[in-house]
Amino acid sequence: MIRMRDLRKDFSVRVPAGRLRREKRLVSAVDGVSLTIEPGEMVGYIGPNGAGKSTTLKMLTGVLSPTSGEVSVFGLTPVPQRTRLALRIGVVFGQRSQLWWDLPLRESFRLLRHVYQVPPAEHEQRLRRCREMLDLDAFLDTPVRQLSLGQRMRGEITAALLHGPKVLFLDEPTIGLDVVSKQAVRSFLAELGATGAVTVVLTTHDLADIERLCDRLVVIDHGRVVHDGTIEALHARYGSRRSLVVDLDSPLPAGFVLPGTSVAGVEADGHRVTFALDETSAAAAVAGLVAVASVRDLSVVEPDIEDVVARLYRAG
Amino acid sequence: MSGIDARVLTISPDRPFRASITTFGALAWSGFRRYSTYRQATIAGSFTNIVFGFLRCYVLLAVAAGAVGNRPGGYDATQLVTYVWVGQGLLAVVGMWGWTDLADRIRTGDIASDLLRPVPPLVSYLAADLGRALHAVLTRFIGPLLAGVVFFELYRPHRPQTVPLFAISALLAVIGSFGCRYLVNATAYWLHDARGVQMLWTLGSGVLAGLSFPLRLLPEWAVATLWVATPLPGLLQTPLDVLVERDEPVTQVGLVALQAVWAVVLLRLAHVVQRRAERKLVVQGG
Repeated sequence: MIRMRDLRKDFSVRVPAGRLRREKRLVSAVDGVSLTIEPGEMVGYIGPNGAGKSTTLKMLTGVLSPTSGEVSVFGLTPVPQRTRLALRIGVVFGQRSQLWWDLPLRESFRLLRHVYQVPPAEHEQRLRRCREMLDLDAFLDTPVRQLSLGQRMRGEITAALLHGPKVLFLDEPTIGLDVVSKQAVRSFLAELGATGAVTVVLTTHDLADIERLCDRLVVIDHGRVVHDGTIEALHARYGSRRSLVVDLDSPLPAGFVLPGTSVAGVEADGHRVTFALDETSAAAAVAGLVAVASVRDLSVVEPDIEDVVARLYRAG
Repeated sequence: MSGIDARVLTISPDRPFRASITTFGALAWSGFRRYSTYRQATIAGSFTNIVFGFLRCYVLLAVAAGAVGNRPGGYDATQLVTYVWVGQGLLAVVGMWGWTDLADRIRTGDIASDLLRPVPPLVSYLAADLGRALHAVLTRFIGPLLAGVVFFELYRPHRPQTVPLFAISALLAVIGSFGCRYLVNATAYWLHDARGVQMLWTLGSGVLAGLSFPLRLLPEWAVATLWVATPLPGLLQTPLDVLVERDEPVTQVGLVALQAVWAVVLLRLAHVVQRRAERKLVVQGG
């Protein structure tokens, strides 16, 4: 459905080279990305700022011409067939608006029905579902310019879905949203993705979005794909481990070794110790520990995706 | 989520034209609605047009009083007064100045949203501009016209075809003005910031479209050159000349035909520029 082969986008930037002279320099925003996304997948596309995420999305949606490589969405080449493609895709750019700034949300939706030439009954049905699930009724008659960011984003997502797209491209849809709005958007997208009827490609900096929504994670850095797989595969690849945090009545004796673990951190003068569970289960580690020390409290901490991704970015 | 299925949209092949007209109409209505939300701005704009109308009117009447035979550029005093007051109303309808929507959206990168719709940006902006012009006809045009009627004696057309021809000419002026503004705004694709070009446009268009003074006051060769080589007289001077019956009927039809030619040329040029811009487009921001 979505295929990219050796996709590249170079930008030429002018940099100062002397007092008056400026030199042209080529910068690769996307540097040979090859990916295939199958129908019904929910793919998280992440990377640090300037990694090439939005550029890839712009090439997939036909807004930007690739410098080289191949890209097809539903067998269409996005830039030359942009108008036809527009009927089949929905796009939300978190930092831009596709709604009519001066008009109430309801009128923006009505206009989109005409722009996409959607039969009234279909439009009504889709709008009703979005109104229910995204709680739009309270601000449907408010001009877009007066909406809060969370309300506008719910409006944007509705606007992107009213013509029944097969693929939804979301570029940072939760950026700047409060916790409640984020949860509303995530729940809606999770339910949308669960039907398998819409393929979702999501770029974000909020890794909670990815953990909640995406089975597949593509990490891009310096324009290149550095990971493509599940979140579990990412943890496995970077050796992320669960850890055991214990609060002790007195510090452990010097030279103490808990089999199958390594000490990841010592705090509070040795009264709190964090063990990385390298080659043992949490139960075995706890059993080994209580045999030699007086444990006041303990917790098992799952590996943190943010740590893994931060390591991945730094490695790039 | 059954309500949000993923069927690929198909536009019924037996009514593509009708559907396109409906889409165009809806977009035009959006332009009308958009401007109708700013009532105070509409009132303030009309007030300004009326104030400047008085200034321009008395300046031109003073010119007429001092001119040989009291007919500067071939207009009598009533025609000049009508030229000014209808011109003050038509100025807002034609909307020569102040439209920076496209340039702003290019600068901020919001143009991406326009490109993601199945309607070309040129078409959707044209439709919205016609809606804006209709709103201006019903609001901004009326105020200066009433001021002219109340405080001066306006010219009453004698020929039956004059008013319909004026309506056509005004519509072509709106389309021509839109084409010019679109091209001015589209320079932002290359310059990123079109304010310099817009400033030049504001200065040039006021003089060369016949707002500052009727272009017929210029020497004959300059008038002919401006009419044929530029679309600018067609933006204001031609419809006003049609209304005050400045020329013979055949000449008037010829001038309106020239406006139509320029409207087509400008829209075609805007289309070509938009296509070229899309090929080199760099959408600003992440």
